[in-house]
Amino acid sequence: MSGTFVGMPAFPEAAHEAVNNRTLRGNLRHATHTIRAKREKAVSEVSDWAELREAGKQIKDHTLRHLDRYLVQLEESVVAAGGTVHWAADADEANEIVTKLVQMTGESEVVKVKSMATQEIGLNEALEAEGIRAYETDLAELIVQLGKDRPSHILVPAIHRNRGEIRDIFAREMSEWGRPAPEGLTDTPAELAEAARLHLREKFLRAKVGISGANFMVADTGTLVVVESEGNGRMCLTLPETLISVVGIEKIVPTWQDLEVFLQTLPRSSTAERMNPYTSTWTGTRDGRAGEGDGPQNFHLVLLDNGRSDTLADEVGRQALRCIRCSACLNVCPVYERAGGHAYGSVYPGPIGAILSPQLRGTASEIDASLPYASSLCGACYEVCPVAIDIPEVLVHLRERIVEGGPVVREGNKVVLKPAKGHAAERAAMRAARWAFAHPGALRTGQRLASRTRRLHPRSLPGPGKAWSGTRDLPAVPAEPFRDWWQRTNGGKESGK
Amino acid sequence: MSSRERILGRVRRALADVPSEDTPIERAYLREHGDRSVEETVELLAENLADYRAIVHRCTAADLPATLAGMLAARGAKTVLVPPGLERSWLAEADTEQVPDRVESTPHELDRIDSVVTACAVAVAETGTIVLDGGPDQGRRRITLVPDHHICVVRVPDQVVSSVPQALERLDPARPLTWISGPSATSDIELDRVEGVHGPRTLEVVLVDTQASAEVNS
Repeated sequence: MSGTFVGMPAFPEAAHEAVNNRTLRGNLRHATHTIRAKREKAVSEVSDWAELREAGKQIKDHTLRHLDRYLVQLEESVVAAGGTVHWAADADEANEIVTKLVQMTGESEVVKVKSMATQEIGLNEALEAEGIRAYETDLAELIVQLGKDRPSHILVPAIHRNRGEIRDIFAREMSEWGRPAPEGLTDTPAELAEAARLHLREKFLRAKVGISGANFMVADTGTLVVVESEGNGRMCLTLPETLISVVGIEKIVPTWQDLEVFLQTLPRSSTAERMNPYTSTWTGTRDGRAGEGDGPQNFHLVLLDNGRSDTLADEVGRQALRCIRCSACLNVCPVYERAGGHAYGSVYPGPIGAILSPQLRGTASEIDASLPYASSLCGACYEVCPVAIDIPEVLVHLRERIVEGGPVVREGNKVVLKPAKGHAAERAAMRAARWAFAHPGALRTGQRLASRTRRLHPRSLPGPGKAWSGTRDLPAVPAEPFRDWWQRTNGGKESGK
Repeated sequence: MSSRERILGRVRRALADVPSEDTPIERAYLREHGDRSVEETVELLAENLADYRAIVHRCTAADLPATLAGMLAARGAKTVLVPPGLERSWLAEADTEQVPDRVESTPHELDRIDSVVTACAVAVAETGTIVLDGGPDQGRRRITLVPDHHICVVRVPDQVVSSVPQALERLDPARPLTWISGPSATSDIELDRVEGVHGPRTLEVVLVDTQASAEVNS
């Protein structure tokens, strides 16, 4: 993934900072609680939510099982409709392809629809290095871009900013990038949105190249789908002569009919609406099919792997590829609510980020190795997931992989992961436990010894256990081991305390 | 080896453990939610459109020209974009200068036009959505995007379906489709919904009752 987050501290350290930031915590709490309540209402309106969720899960699983076939089919359909398909194994290759495509148009600026895939590969920075300016046009992405900030939420990247902060960013930065903010701009959301409209409109109207991602790609028709609210997506998909879409290979659905599931579950899960204000679908170019002079003349689809095929190789972890990026799991997560999105050190924060980033990027870095632990395993994320990704199951699976090591696939090759450093004490404790449980005599002796010496036990653990007991009470050791009590009272049948 | 071959190879190797037999996808979800009469479905469309801040009008086919003329006048629109195949009689009573939708017109030219009137392909009652498919009476995508005021005429009840699955069945994926649910909106500032960002800030939907006029004519 992108180099944007290089040097990020591991999750506990980053989260510690965020938790002490009162403004941030207030902004996050307000936002996540607002959308949580709205989402529940939107979901309760459809009586067949459980069936839609199950169908969504099955469609995505089916697609992943036959991903090679559907990728080839999609390529054929897009080409037949007048588009060009490119394949990118990693971020660098994708950035190179997009840069070349933009250079071929002779343009030095592009307008962008909000896209997680292009965030993931760090496309804006790569374009900047080649002298191409990429304008983010989604209001929240604009706030992040103008504020020289990083996104902290999948759906609302500027969720960590309140209206006062946004006003200040607009007033200070807009003139650097184009039309300045109106004089005397206040912090009412309507005025801020108007300032963004005026600032961006001049860019939309002159743009020759648009860059987008896609929410879905339909294999049998070659159709791409973008779901949005503001109309900035429609602008970027409609007005430019050239459209370049960078999309992860897992975003396929096999048939047009399959959209009937996701166009019901995605809006309700993400913005908590019956339907988002705008959905655009396009198939190839204006000349390729029934376009009739509508939309871009040139359409390029860049299919992005960047760790996805490695994720697919993990039998437990591959379910993360079902994700439709609705962000419902972020909004219910007690850890995200307090730690904020930046602490996750990736464009994918929250519970889904905690399982997706370490799989896409591997667990070599400290931040990635810490992410599977960025959870209380409360399971709320699994409950709300519209494609039923068992996030807690994958978290536990990844924790085990980090502690124990074992075979994984990186860049298509099988490698054996070494047990992570810093887990030696945990591993030793587990090994000791395993041995004790396999030797009943030793276990009995140990338990009796522990009971008899219980008055002498310290209140906190020494050595590597110190951090753990720093915030927790040690469980009290009973005066008599359970197994002794069981024997003495004949399984509780005879009285005995 | 090309990246295409490399990626496909990785995907195939990653799936080596997956059994080849496949169970069919279980589609136990509903084709529509609730049991409604045709009139109730149209009523629900009107309600849901209004709930997302579209302004809803209802009239008979005979009253449509007067209704549209009144709406444009109330808005003070001096110019109105007209798709090539729009029913000519619809704007017969309008005082507004009509600008045809042309391939050559630049986005800046479109930006100077006050309003646009289009028909639609289908409307979805449960979600309050109108869908445009670029047909002759709807024109190219850009005309319903750049001007700030969009009037969309929905023929009821024949263009109204209950649900998303029913809408997809009627639509041709090869066409450029735009699904519109209320005017442009954002929730990016503290998750407060604000109407009107880049798309048209005012969406007016006219539900024209074609059945009533058919009965009158027969």
